[in-house]
Amino acid sequence: MRHWFVSFITFFVLLLYGLAQILNKKLKDVEISIPIVYGNIAFWLGKKANEYQSHKWTVYVRGATNEDLGVVIKRAVFQLHSSFNNPTRVIEAPPFELSESGWGEFEIAITLYFHNDVCDKPLNLYHHLKLYPEDESGFVSIKKPVVVESYDEIVFPEPSEGFLARIQSHPSVNLPRLPAGFTLPPPVPVEDSSKRRRGDTKDHPLAQWFMNFSEADELLQLAAARQQVSGLLWMNKKTLVAIFVKYHLLCGLFNIGFDACSTLAWSASSYSKTPTTDKLDRWAESTVEISLRPVNALLLMQSFEIST
Amino acid sequence: MDAKDILGLPKTPLPLAQEKKSQPKKDSQRKPDGISREVYALTGGLAPLMPSIDVSQLKRRPPSDEKITWQWLPFTSSARKDNLQLYHWVRVVNGVPPTGDYSFAKYNKSVDVVKYTEEEYEKYLTDPMWTKEETDQLFDLCERFDLRFVVIADRFTSSRSVEELKDRYYNVSRAMLIARAPSPGDVSGHPLVKEPYNSSQETERKRALSMVLSQTKHQERKDTQVLAEAKRIAESRMTALGTEESALPVASNFDPDIAEVAVNLDDTASPSSNAQLASASVAPSTSAMADNASTLASLRMLRVYMRTYGLEQMVQAASSSAGLRTIKRVEQTLQDLGVSLKPKVPTKAVCSEHLELRKEILTLLNLQKQLQYKEAEGSSFRDGSYTDMPGSPKWSQRDQDRTFIPDSMSFGGERVGRRDQKRKGPGRVSENPSSPAHKRPRKLKASDL
Repeated sequence: MRHWFVSFITFFVLLLYGLAQILNKKLKDVEISIPIVYGNIAFWLGKKANEYQSHKWTVYVRGATNEDLGVVIKRAVFQLHSSFNNPTRVIEAPPFELSESGWGEFEIAITLYFHNDVCDKPLNLYHHLKLYPEDESGFVSIKKPVVVESYDEIVFPEPSEGFLARIQSHPSVNLPRLPAGFTLPPPVPVEDSSKRRRGDTKDHPLAQWFMNFSEADELLQLAAARQQVSGLLWMNKKTLVAIFVKYHLLCGLFNIGFDACSTLAWSASSYSKTPTTDKLDRWAESTVEISLRPVNALLLMQSFEIST
Repeated sequence: MDAKDILGLPKTPLPLAQEKKSQPKKDSQRKPDGISREVYALTGGLAPLMPSIDVSQLKRRPPSDEKITWQWLPFTSSARKDNLQLYHWVRVVNGVPPTGDYSFAKYNKSVDVVKYTEEEYEKYLTDPMWTKEETDQLFDLCERFDLRFVVIADRFTSSRSVEELKDRYYNVSRAMLIARAPSPGDVSGHPLVKEPYNSSQETERKRALSMVLSQTKHQERKDTQVLAEAKRIAESRMTALGTEESALPVASNFDPDIAEVAVNLDDTASPSSNAQLASASVAPSTSAMADNASTLASLRMLRVYMRTYGLEQMVQAASSSAGLRTIKRVEQTLQDLGVSLKPKVPTKAVCSEHLELRKEILTLLNLQKQLQYKEAEGSSFRDGSYTDMPGSPKWSQRDQDRTFIPDSMSFGGERVGRRDQKRKGPGRVSENPSSPAHKRPRKLKASDL
């Protein structure tokens, strides 16, 4: 009865999925992500510093590869500390940055508004303005600024077709492979880029201080960690199964430890499978059936080189 | 340059401090008369809403000019039809007994049962199921017992159910009402006319009520289980609708798992640790899948989000089944492995790797905990039944295997057990000659093959 019910549900879901594909203008399989970097650069003013203005700082949002974000972001609003005049600063065009001078560190709320065909909901970021270097004793120079940047990605899980068409080949955007058979309308020719003010930050005056973010190091680190963890998992499973077999030989066929044994086998096999532990998992599953014959257990143990 | 300005303090002191001073003075001044201060404080310092006892009334004595006597006097009650004279004590004031009816006579209410004449019966009230005598008897009983139908049904000569009696009574009353009314419109507001008695509905209702009341505990449990399962199926259907892409693998996962859980629930035998552990290991995986699917759905609803936010949500969903301590251990493990808790470069690939790593660490920690439990069980079990087995030095080799696991495990109990066995070994053999003999046939079998 229940199986019928669940299979009915599955069928219903499939039906809906098909319908959605036809009816919906938004694309569910395609996710657009925009890698951005946001942060601040702060210079100590040195001799020219006074009590209220000791640093000159710039807070900004830029593309991770310094591409022009203007195709996606319509404007950026930086909310400064209330002690500033007009603490709500609106930047209508790229590069989305704001320079000010001051003495205090505070949290800046950055709100990004997107173009109409991109998204009608704004996105909030928070950045803590940093003026003073980590080590207090270090020599502070006018030439070398304090730089704090954070990498993140703006994700649009269901972009509209118009947006997709518009930015399909823009360098600032990460577009995954479009599903097979999916064609986009040709992009609308953009106005002559030389006429407009440059929105990218490749030749920005502060570009020399921009940090580099590479995912390769992080991926390597994560892969190494996963290797280690899976190795540990294998060792643990082996031990668990060995205990099971130990019980088996000790308590014989049908008495007390039997329940515990089958539970162990079951739980060992229910954990995630990696290629190296497949053999072990298969054996663990099969032992539930052959547990009536302890003789075979001994044989199998030997084949898996588990010492008794 | 005002010091207060720099520090950001407000210029004027808070007015609140001044208000607070006046309040306690007021409280101590007010103290009611009549009852002591402590008793008044018990009420919370507030007067009761209703006047409870008028204090001045308590000590009042009757006015001294009146002469009160108590006399044993006869009385009659208008409620009685038989003029029976009874006696009771009466408070006589100045030799004048009180006047008026018996004070409880006003409580003798009765129901106005409809009275019909012969002609009226012939004209409106004939019914194939009811004879005139029966109807008359019914009405007589109704009058006597004030429409207590249970009693009437009991007293009724021919066995009729309560619903039948009620049906007949209400139909007759209704017919009489309508017949006697000058115009139909007059009585259309009367409840009898507006809502006629529906005996079949009543029977149904009473049957359903008795069924609900007489449900056994077993039945109740089954009902709640079925309802819970239906809810779960409905929820899984919601998540499946929300994430149509991942619906297929999720639904197929649910299939064996739901059947699994159902099997465990339907087992009316006492739940063994076997069933519990199996369901416990199955349940977290299903709930994790459901959480994953629902967070994906909720992220999709957002239309735009930062990847770090998305990662946070997924991490939360994945560790929703784990307690706070487990989460801390996962984070500790991550740090030990040299991985930052929040990736510095959160690209899509990095985030998914990070999430997978967290899940694997969670699995590892759970497995290690299980291993600990089983080892503890094993050591206690072995102490009880371990006799002599070949290859005891090989047991210690297994211990060396275990040191690969970084987490410190309770080896203490295990090792102690083993030492005891080594001591006990020779002694045991001498004590129970039968058990090695029992074991030997089995060992022969093993070595035969």
